[in-house]
Amino acid sequence: MTLLDIFLLVLLVCSALATVLIRSLLRSGIALAFTSAVLSMIIFRLNSPVAAVFELSVCTGLISVLFISTISLTEPRTRDEKLQHTKERLRKFWYLPFILVVGGIILSQINKTISFPLPAPETETDVRLVLWNLRSLDLLGQIIVLLVGVFGVVILFKEKKK
Amino acid sequence: MILESFNLFWFFGLTVIMLFVIGLYYVLVTYNLIRVLIGLEIIVKAVTLLLVVAGYMTKHVALVQSLVITLIVIEAVLITVAIGVVLGLHGKNDSLDARRIRNLKG
Repeated sequence: MTLLDIFLLVLLVCSALATVLIRSLLRSGIALAFTSAVLSMIIFRLNSPVAAVFELSVCTGLISVLFISTISLTEPRTRDEKLQHTKERLRKFWYLPFILVVGGIILSQINKTISFPLPAPETETDVRLVLWNLRSLDLLGQIIVLLVGVFGVVILFKEKKK
Repeated sequence: MILESFNLFWFFGLTVIMLFVIGLYYVLVTYNLIRVLIGLEIIVKAVTLLLVVAGYMTKHVALVQSLVITLIVIEAVLITVAIGVVLGLHGKNDSLDARRIRNLKG
């Protein structure tokens, strides 16, 4: 574990915190994209390049575009609503950094004597072969989920016949 | 499990817990439906990181990568359908506030 890993982990938590605390919904969506980008860097450093590419392209790209387009399709708040919302946010979110700091200190003080049983060593090291041979049912599940998503969106945005 | 790898797991595990808490807190305290989805995304990111770290430590990187790919596909579909539902609700109620959605109230 290098200093860069620690920096990336701290950056990940900070960007997630920024996603939550930023008032503007659009900026919050952009901060979420940044969180995904940092996570994909961490995944890449943990020897999982294929998963990192998926995280970068799907989560940072596609999902952020979806969020930002949704935000642009909805109406912004009025000035009174914004004022009310700011007061509510201050009341709700002052706990969060406190919980994180106290929780982190408590968790880091817990005695680290737990031991996990290690599974059998990996027989296949190529992710493509694992996905197509060992986890082929997962692919079937992915196709079904994708079809469910497509039909769901079609039904949700179906226009009523006049 | 050697001490070095356990320390590594502990560092990453702490980050996973923090991300999970941030996401869960956001889902619980906010009423805006898009913000709820953003909180859900943060929770899924915590799970993704946990899976990758577990795979790295147990040296099952390929298996874990396939699981992460499946997770990302499911996440993308879930968010797409949820955004469709949110937009539909916004079209009917002119609001993203969960407190104003009373159509399902029996």
